[in-house]
Amino acid sequence: MTLFRRSEVVIAAILFTAMILIGLVNPAFWQVDNLFSLLRSNVVIGIMALGVLLVMLSGGFDVSFPAFAVAAMYLTVHGMLLTGYVGVVLPFAVAILIGAVCGSINGFFVWKFKMIPLIVTLGTGAVVRGLLLGVVGTSMINIDRFPPVLIDFAKAEVFTLTKADGTHSGLTAMVLVYFALALGVHLMLRHTMIGRSIYALGGGAEAATRVGFDLKKTIFFIYCLAGALAGFAGMLHCSMIWLANPRDFVGTDLEVIAAVVLGGASIFGGRGSVIGTMLGVFMLVMVKNSLIIMKVDTTWQLVVVGSIIVIATAASAWRDRGRKA
Amino acid sequence: MSDVFLDLRNVVKQFSGVRALDDISLTIRSGEIHCLAGENGSGKSTLIKVISGVYRPDAGSIAIDGRTVPHLTPIGAIRHGIQVIYQDFSLFGNLSVAENLALNTELQEKRALVNWKRVHAIAATALERLGVDIDPASEVDDLSTAGRQLVAIARALMSDPRLLIMDEPTTALTRKEVETLFRIVRDIQARGIAVLFVSHKMREMLEISERISVIRNGRKVAEGPTSEFDEPKIVRHMTGHDISSETYHWQAPAGDVPPRLEVEKLTLPGKFEDLSLALRPGEIVGLSGLLGSGRTEFAKALFGLESGCTGTVKVDGKPVVIDRVETAIAAGIAYVPEDRLSEGLFLGQSIDRNILATTYAKIATATVIDRTKAAELAASSIRAMQIATPSGEKPVGQLSGGNQQRVVLARWLLTEARVLVLNGPTVGVDVGSKAEIHKIIRRLAMEKDVAVLMISDDILELVQNCNRIVVMHRGRFVETLETAETSEHRVSDMLTSFR
Repeated sequence: MTLFRRSEVVIAAILFTAMILIGLVNPAFWQVDNLFSLLRSNVVIGIMALGVLLVMLSGGFDVSFPAFAVAAMYLTVHGMLLTGYVGVVLPFAVAILIGAVCGSINGFFVWKFKMIPLIVTLGTGAVVRGLLLGVVGTSMINIDRFPPVLIDFAKAEVFTLTKADGTHSGLTAMVLVYFALALGVHLMLRHTMIGRSIYALGGGAEAATRVGFDLKKTIFFIYCLAGALAGFAGMLHCSMIWLANPRDFVGTDLEVIAAVVLGGASIFGGRGSVIGTMLGVFMLVMVKNSLIIMKVDTTWQLVVVGSIIVIATAASAWRDRGRKA
Repeated sequence: MSDVFLDLRNVVKQFSGVRALDDISLTIRSGEIHCLAGENGSGKSTLIKVISGVYRPDAGSIAIDGRTVPHLTPIGAIRHGIQVIYQDFSLFGNLSVAENLALNTELQEKRALVNWKRVHAIAATALERLGVDIDPASEVDDLSTAGRQLVAIARALMSDPRLLIMDEPTTALTRKEVETLFRIVRDIQARGIAVLFVSHKMREMLEISERISVIRNGRKVAEGPTSEFDEPKIVRHMTGHDISSETYHWQAPAGDVPPRLEVEKLTLPGKFEDLSLALRPGEIVGLSGLLGSGRTEFAKALFGLESGCTGTVKVDGKPVVIDRVETAIAAGIAYVPEDRLSEGLFLGQSIDRNILATTYAKIATATVIDRTKAAELAASSIRAMQIATPSGEKPVGQLSGGNQQRVVLARWLLTEARVLVLNGPTVGVDVGSKAEIHKIIRRLAMEKDVAVLMISDDILELVQNCNRIVVMHRGRFVETLETAETSEHRVSDMLTSFR
């Protein structure tokens, strides 16, 4: 029984059942090409989901991360073009920093004015997007101008398979970057006091103060890290698609939040895990992918993602029903 | 045992001119169990906060181990060995028992990394010390209230306290759990730790403590060894006056009046069976029974909250079908639930709205509410029920338990209910308010000829207020006792024999 009480086990079971069902309907699902492309689609959403998970664990709600991701990637790529800089590490570091600074603004309002995170992040997200388009520009940086060094970086593959017909299919190395970040966040949440303080804050801010946690530190840590992850994800995203679009990531907030909730995180805070979130991300991407294979219109995909949020939240509320709040 | 641990002298604490604590002196000796008694709002919580360093007194002194501590801070209090277990326990429901127990230590040692082996070792030691069997891996939210309290106690004991303050520790516990708690409290005492037990439950105080201090309106009005106290004496000190303990006398009305409520062979499979009962106008009938005897289900069935009942129900001689709450209200039956907070009141809403909640249809013309009429009606109810409030606009959530209960009663009286079913009418209400509520209930029965069915765990309450007591066991009425011919003892012996 205790095994089934763990959300991750339930989510994994649902995931495998879904995979088998989808495979029955569409045998192409199991082809290596498709699986590799699925994993590739996991990377950006997954890294963003890690940030959203942190905020949700603390009992907050973040909708500003797509704006931060766009700002980080567009500003950085723009800067690279202006300065003619060639390199990978520095641009990523800059993107992370931009994300973290934006995140610290969220942290400031949540901490100082004890504001509801959802409202804060709605506001900061809109401001950042608006400033970016208004001050920096609205034009896309596409393949003709996009820094080749980033394209080459994101092209790296873990391994490549040559199929019978001579075509290649490879698994992007960015998956490793995603896994490494996930492992890092997992270890931080599970084995450091700052990680435990996030859970404690989600369990009860009053009690957390009484035990002696420094909640200011925790809150800034959460929002800066969430912003940094968003900035990093944004940078990775544009490198993978060779395009920096200042109007990108519209609707991504919904998908990422759906994935995190699907992964068993409680929207009331205090419950959730990295493994669950990764499974949730995979499930969401897989569902979207199957909809595309089945040629379902994008508007209808929206219906599906919205339903997933509602159903997954209802399921986790059902799970927590027996416990005392 | 006579060395003094904590000595408060002439402590005064004011809040915007109001003296919450007025010249209070309190002495707690090492290893004694000391009860602090007082009604809600008497200053108990303020006093706890002064002792635990949360509030700084405006005047007076605090001495620990004979040495004066000029500025006691929360951290200072903990260093001096003072631990408070708050009513909400301050635990993390989403974390494991082990982690809840170990967090303090980990934080004090300023660790950056969590070593789960150490966490479990710390937790195991803490639980072992308390001698309780709780799985350290379980989540705190999965524990019962009693279990969570034990975790809170285990956590408090980890820091080797000299004084453990427990704020209303028995409120949400069953009788059996209270016994376990008392055993643990005595264990704690045996280790030389003093316990300050804050409560308003008379019997528990007399059972557990060695000394009792009673405060009222911020002043200490009595102190002494427990042997010098009995229930009436504590009540007198807490409320400032005697509370009448007269029993209720009911006179059968002259002539042939049909019973207000007549229930025949009411059966709900699996819950209760073959229940027959008649309540005459002006009668207050008590319903006693253990938890799970079916008494709450019976009450709910009368109010249309249980479906699938068979049998007949008559109100004033006329058969009625009660299948929904609406039909019950229309038939003149009112129900005040056990948990008035979750089931009976809209806590965030004003007193007026709560009182009028079931009456709006009557004061509306073509669905538009007549505001003047509504305000008058609410105001007259507040007066009749003696609800202590400056205005009817105040949210019900800000009232004391006793006043909240009056709001619920006021609401039902406006519906001109003829049968009033009260489930635990004075749970969580302090002694003074309790007596007032009893008075109101009796007056309703006597003056308005309402028939009252009163369900309570407090047998004394039934004996004092009812003219008849029906005892329920395993879904059946097993005995009917005339209150004049019975005693608290007899009923409680009977209930004990059912266990």
